[in-house]
Amino acid sequence: MVQFAAPRLDMTFAALSDATRRGVLEQLARAEASITELAERFHMTLTGMKKHVGVLERAGLVRTEKIGRVRTCRLGMLGLHEEAAWIGSYQRLWDTRFDALDAIVEELKARETNNVR
Amino acid sequence: MYAEGEQTGGRTKVERTEREMVVTRSFDAPARILFEAWSKPELFTRWWVPKSAGINLLSCEMDVRTGGSYRLAFGDDPAKAMTFFGKYVEVVPNERIVWTNEESDQGAISTVTFEERDGKTLLRFSELYPTKEALDEAFVGMEGGMPEQLDQLEVLLVELTGA
Repeated sequence: MVQFAAPRLDMTFAALSDATRRGVLEQLARAEASITELAERFHMTLTGMKKHVGVLERAGLVRTEKIGRVRTCRLGMLGLHEEAAWIGSYQRLWDTRFDALDAIVEELKARETNNVR
Repeated sequence: MYAEGEQTGGRTKVERTEREMVVTRSFDAPARILFEAWSKPELFTRWWVPKSAGINLLSCEMDVRTGGSYRLAFGDDPAKAMTFFGKYVEVVPNERIVWTNEESDQGAISTVTFEERDGKTLLRFSELYPTKEALDEAFVGMEGGMPEQLDQLEVLLVELTGA
Protein backbone atom coordinates (compact mmCIF):
# COMPACT_ATOMS: atom_id res chain seq x y z
CA MET A 1 0.00 0.00 0.00
CA VAL A 2 2.74 2.44 -0.79
CA GLN A 3 1.42 3.33 -4.22
CA PHE A 4 -0.36 6.36 -2.83
CA ALA A 5 2.87 8.27 -2.49
CA ALA A 6 4.69 6.77 -5.45
CA PRO A 7 4.62 9.59 -8.03
CA ARG A 8 5.92 12.07 -5.51
CA LEU A 9 8.49 9.68 -4.12
CA ASP A 10 9.74 9.07 -7.65
CA MET A 11 10.25 12.78 -8.06
CA THR A 12 11.97 13.00 -4.72
CA PHE A 13 14.35 10.14 -5.45
CA ALA A 14 15.09 11.50 -8.91
CA ALA A 15 15.91 14.82 -7.30
CA LEU A 16 18.21 13.13 -4.78
CA SER A 17 19.98 10.99 -7.39
CA ASP A 18 22.41 13.79 -8.23
CA ALA A 19 25.44 14.60 -6.07
CA THR A 20 25.23 18.34 -6.71
CA ARG A 21 21.59 18.45 -5.70
CA ARG A 22 22.32 16.51 -2.52
CA GLY A 23 25.08 18.99 -1.83
CA VAL A 24 22.68 21.87 -2.37
CA LEU A 25 20.26 20.35 0.15
CA GLU A 26 23.01 19.91 2.71
CA GLN A 27 24.04 23.49 2.16
CA LEU A 28 20.47 24.76 2.53
CA ALA A 29 20.01 22.68 5.68
CA ARG A 30 22.68 24.96 7.22
CA ALA A 31 21.52 28.28 5.80
CA GLU A 32 19.41 29.69 3.03
CA ALA A 33 21.26 30.91 -0.05
CA SER A 34 20.66 32.64 -3.34
CA ILE A 35 20.99 30.80 -6.63
CA THR A 36 24.06 32.91 -7.40
CA GLU A 37 25.70 31.87 -4.13
CA LEU A 38 24.91 28.23 -4.77
CA ALA A 39 26.26 28.46 -8.32
CA GLU A 40 29.53 29.91 -7.02
CA ARG A 41 29.87 27.38 -4.24
CA PHE A 42 29.36 24.46 -6.59
CA HIS A 43 31.40 26.02 -9.41
CA MET A 44 28.51 26.03 -11.81
CA THR A 45 26.86 28.42 -14.20
CA LEU A 46 23.76 30.24 -13.03
CA THR A 47 21.70 28.41 -15.65
CA GLY A 48 22.98 25.03 -14.48
CA MET A 49 22.20 25.79 -10.85
CA LYS A 50 18.74 27.08 -11.78
CA LYS A 51 17.99 23.71 -13.37
CA HIS A 52 19.10 21.79 -10.27
CA VAL A 53 17.10 24.03 -7.98
CA GLY A 54 14.08 23.62 -10.27
CA VAL A 55 14.26 19.82 -9.92
CA LEU A 56 14.52 20.10 -6.13
CA GLU A 57 11.67 22.59 -6.05
CA ARG A 58 9.31 20.39 -8.06
CA ALA A 59 10.05 17.52 -5.66
CA GLY A 60 9.05 19.74 -2.74
CA LEU A 61 12.55 19.58 -1.22
CA VAL A 62 13.40 23.22 -1.81
CA ARG A 63 11.38 26.40 -1.83
CA THR A 64 12.45 29.56 -3.56
CA GLU A 65 11.33 33.10 -3.15
CA LYS A 66 12.23 36.05 -5.30
CA ILE A 67 12.91 39.22 -3.38
CA GLY A 68 13.91 42.04 -5.67
CA ARG A 69 16.41 40.57 -8.10
CA VAL A 70 17.57 37.80 -5.81
CA ARG A 71 16.00 34.35 -5.72
CA THR A 72 16.54 32.88 -2.27
CA CYS A 73 16.44 29.12 -1.76
CA ARG A 74 15.65 27.29 1.44
CA LEU A 75 14.71 23.76 2.36
CA GLY A 76 11.16 22.80 1.41
CA MET A 77 8.60 22.20 4.07
CA LEU A 78 8.28 18.59 3.12
CA GLY A 79 10.76 15.87 3.80
CA LEU A 80 9.96 12.31 2.85
CA HIS A 81 9.24 11.25 6.39
CA GLU A 82 6.81 14.06 7.06
CA GLU A 83 4.87 13.45 3.92
CA ALA A 84 4.65 9.70 4.41
CA ALA A 85 3.65 10.18 8.04
CA TRP A 86 1.08 12.78 7.10
CA ILE A 87 -0.47 10.58 4.43
CA GLY A 88 -0.50 7.73 6.93
CA SER A 89 -2.44 9.72 9.49
CA TYR A 90 -4.76 11.07 6.78
CA GLN A 91 -5.46 7.49 5.75
CA ARG A 92 -6.03 6.38 9.35
CA LEU A 93 -8.52 9.21 9.83
CA TRP A 94 -10.48 8.16 6.76
CA ASP A 95 -10.24 4.48 7.62
CA THR A 96 -11.74 5.23 11.03
CA ARG A 97 -14.44 7.40 9.50
CA PHE A 98 -15.33 4.84 6.87
CA ASP A 99 -15.44 2.00 9.40
CA ALA A 100 -17.97 4.06 11.36
CA LEU A 101 -19.81 4.86 8.12
CA ASP A 102 -19.93 1.15 7.33
CA ALA A 103 -21.72 0.51 10.61
CA ILE A 104 -24.30 3.20 9.85
CA VAL A 105 -24.76 1.88 6.31
CA GLU A 106 -25.54 -1.55 7.77
CA GLU A 107 -28.13 0.01 10.08
CA LEU A 108 -29.78 1.82 7.18
CA LYS A 109 -29.78 -1.33 5.07
CA ALA A 110 -31.39 -3.31 7.90
CA ARG A 111 -34.02 -0.62 8.27
CA GLU A 112 -34.86 -0.78 4.54
CA THR A 113 -35.13 -4.55 4.67
CA ASN A 114 -37.51 -4.34 7.63
CA ASN A 115 -39.65 -1.75 5.88
CA VAL A 116 -39.97 -3.95 2.82
CA ARG A 117 -41.16 -6.92 4.88
CA MET B 1 11.95 3.97 4.95
CA TYR B 2 8.45 5.40 4.77
CA ALA B 3 6.93 2.63 6.84
CA GLU B 4 5.05 5.09 9.00
CA GLY B 5 3.05 6.10 5.96
CA GLU B 6 1.97 2.60 5.13
CA GLN B 7 -1.38 1.28 6.09
CA THR B 8 -2.40 -2.32 5.91
CA GLY B 9 -5.73 -4.03 6.43
CA GLY B 10 -7.86 -1.03 5.58
CA ARG B 11 -9.80 -0.86 2.35
CA THR B 12 -9.38 2.87 2.17
CA LYS B 13 -7.03 4.06 -0.55
CA VAL B 14 -5.39 7.46 -0.36
CA GLU B 15 -3.57 9.22 -3.19
CA ARG B 16 -1.96 12.59 -3.39
CA THR B 17 -1.31 14.51 -6.55
CA GLU B 18 0.09 18.01 -6.70
CA ARG B 19 -3.03 19.86 -5.53
CA GLU B 20 -5.40 17.08 -4.59
CA MET B 21 -5.97 14.40 -1.97
CA VAL B 22 -8.19 11.56 -3.11
CA VAL B 23 -9.70 8.88 -0.89
CA THR B 24 -11.60 5.91 -2.31
CA ARG B 25 -13.45 3.05 -0.69
CA SER B 26 -16.07 0.56 -1.78
CA PHE B 27 -19.22 0.02 0.30
CA ASP B 28 -21.61 -2.89 0.20
CA ALA B 29 -24.71 -0.73 -0.18
CA PRO B 30 -26.57 1.26 -2.81
CA ALA B 31 -25.58 4.88 -3.41
CA ARG B 32 -28.78 6.30 -1.91
CA ILE B 33 -27.84 4.89 1.50
CA LEU B 34 -24.40 6.49 1.40
CA PHE B 35 -25.91 9.76 0.29
CA GLU B 36 -28.31 9.61 3.23
CA ALA B 37 -25.50 8.93 5.70
CA TRP B 38 -23.56 11.87 4.23
CA SER B 39 -26.41 14.38 4.07
CA LYS B 40 -28.37 13.90 7.32
CA PRO B 41 -26.60 15.71 10.16
CA GLU B 42 -27.65 13.18 12.82
CA LEU B 43 -26.03 10.39 10.77
CA PHE B 44 -23.13 12.42 9.35
CA THR B 45 -21.78 13.47 12.74
CA ARG B 46 -21.71 9.87 13.94
CA TRP B 47 -19.05 8.86 11.45
CA TRP B 48 -17.34 12.13 10.42
CA VAL B 49 -16.30 12.64 14.02
CA PRO B 50 -15.57 9.12 15.25
CA LYS B 51 -15.60 8.70 19.03
CA SER B 52 -12.07 7.33 18.89
CA ALA B 53 -10.83 10.68 17.59
CA GLY B 54 -11.49 12.12 21.06
CA ILE B 55 -12.80 15.37 19.62
CA ASN B 56 -15.96 16.90 21.02
CA LEU B 57 -18.50 18.09 18.48
CA LEU B 58 -20.28 21.18 19.78
CA SER B 59 -22.69 21.80 16.95
CA CYS B 60 -23.45 20.78 13.40
CA GLU B 61 -25.69 22.55 10.93
CA MET B 62 -25.99 21.20 7.41
CA ASP B 63 -28.33 22.25 4.65
CA VAL B 64 -27.32 19.78 1.97
CA ARG B 65 -28.68 21.27 -1.23
CA THR B 66 -27.08 23.38 -3.95
CA GLY B 67 -26.45 26.82 -2.45
CA GLY B 68 -27.02 25.58 1.11
CA SER B 69 -24.41 26.04 3.82
CA TYR B 70 -22.90 24.08 6.70
CA ARG B 71 -21.12 24.85 9.93
CA LEU B 72 -19.40 22.47 12.34
CA ALA B 73 -17.94 23.51 15.68
CA PHE B 74 -15.48 21.41 17.69
CA GLY B 75 -13.86 21.76 21.08
CA ASP B 76 -14.54 21.50 24.77
CA ASP B 77 -15.19 25.18 25.33
CA PRO B 78 -17.77 26.86 23.04
CA ALA B 79 -15.91 30.16 23.51
CA LYS B 80 -12.80 28.63 21.95
CA ALA B 81 -14.51 26.46 19.38
CA MET B 82 -12.77 25.46 16.18
CA THR B 83 -15.24 25.97 13.37
CA PHE B 84 -15.43 24.60 9.85
CA PHE B 85 -17.89 26.13 7.43
CA GLY B 86 -18.73 26.61 3.78
CA LYS B 87 -21.33 26.20 1.08
CA TYR B 88 -22.64 23.32 -0.96
CA VAL B 89 -21.74 24.29 -4.51
CA GLU B 90 -23.44 21.32 -6.11
CA VAL B 91 -25.69 18.62 -4.73
CA VAL B 92 -27.01 15.84 -6.97
CA PRO B 93 -28.96 13.45 -4.71
CA ASN B 94 -27.44 9.96 -4.52
CA GLU B 95 -24.62 10.96 -6.87
CA ARG B 96 -22.42 13.81 -5.74
CA ILE B 97 -21.89 16.61 -3.24
CA VAL B 98 -19.43 19.46 -3.80
CA TRP B 99 -18.65 21.98 -1.08
CA THR B 100 -16.28 24.77 -0.16
CA ASN B 101 -14.11 24.99 2.96
CA GLU B 102 -14.15 28.65 3.87
CA GLU B 103 -12.47 28.60 7.30
CA SER B 104 -9.25 29.17 5.35
CA ASP B 105 -8.81 31.46 2.34
CA GLN B 106 -6.67 28.71 0.81
CA GLY B 107 -9.29 26.07 1.60
CA ALA B 108 -9.98 23.10 -0.63
CA ILE B 109 -13.01 22.32 -2.73
CA SER B 110 -14.31 18.99 -1.48
CA THR B 111 -16.15 16.57 -3.73
CA VAL B 112 -17.70 13.25 -2.87
CA THR B 113 -19.14 11.01 -5.56
CA PHE B 114 -21.12 7.79 -5.15
CA GLU B 115 -20.81 5.40 -8.06
CA GLU B 116 -23.18 2.47 -7.77
CA ARG B 117 -22.56 -0.82 -9.54
CA ASP B 118 -24.35 -4.12 -8.85
CA GLY B 119 -25.65 -2.90 -5.52
CA LYS B 120 -22.20 -1.80 -4.32
CA THR B 121 -20.97 1.75 -4.27
CA LEU B 122 -17.55 3.17 -4.95
CA LEU B 123 -17.14 6.28 -2.86
CA ARG B 124 -14.56 8.81 -4.02
CA PHE B 125 -13.76 11.79 -1.84
CA SER B 126 -11.39 14.49 -3.02
CA GLU B 127 -9.99 17.73 -1.64
CA LEU B 128 -8.68 19.98 -4.39
CA TYR B 129 -6.53 22.86 -3.13
CA PRO B 130 -6.07 26.12 -5.06
CA THR B 131 -2.30 25.60 -5.24
CA LYS B 132 0.30 22.95 -4.50
CA GLU B 133 1.57 25.21 -1.73
CA ALA B 134 -1.85 25.31 -0.07
CA LEU B 135 -1.91 21.52 0.08
CA ASP B 136 1.68 21.46 1.37
CA GLU B 137 0.63 23.88 4.09
CA ALA B 138 -2.30 21.66 4.98
CA PHE B 139 0.23 18.83 5.27
CA VAL B 140 2.61 20.65 7.46
CA GLY B 141 0.15 22.62 9.54
CA MET B 142 1.78 25.17 11.72
CA GLU B 143 5.37 26.22 11.21
CA GLY B 144 6.18 24.94 14.69
CA GLY B 145 6.97 21.58 13.16
CA MET B 146 9.89 22.95 11.19
CA PRO B 147 13.00 22.29 13.30
CA GLU B 148 12.15 18.65 13.79
CA GLN B 149 11.44 18.27 10.10
CA LEU B 150 14.80 19.72 9.20
CA ASP B 151 16.49 17.30 11.58
CA GLN B 152 14.71 14.42 9.95
CA LEU B 153 15.57 15.65 6.49
CA GLU B 154 19.20 15.88 7.47
CA VAL B 155 19.17 12.32 8.79
CA LEU B 156 17.66 11.26 5.52
CA LEU B 157 20.28 13.10 3.51
CA VAL B 158 23.02 11.45 5.49
CA GLU B 159 21.47 8.05 4.82
CA LEU B 160 21.20 8.73 1.13
CA THR B 161 24.62 10.19 0.66
CA GLY B 162 26.25 7.59 2.89
CA ALA B 163 28.12 10.41 4.58
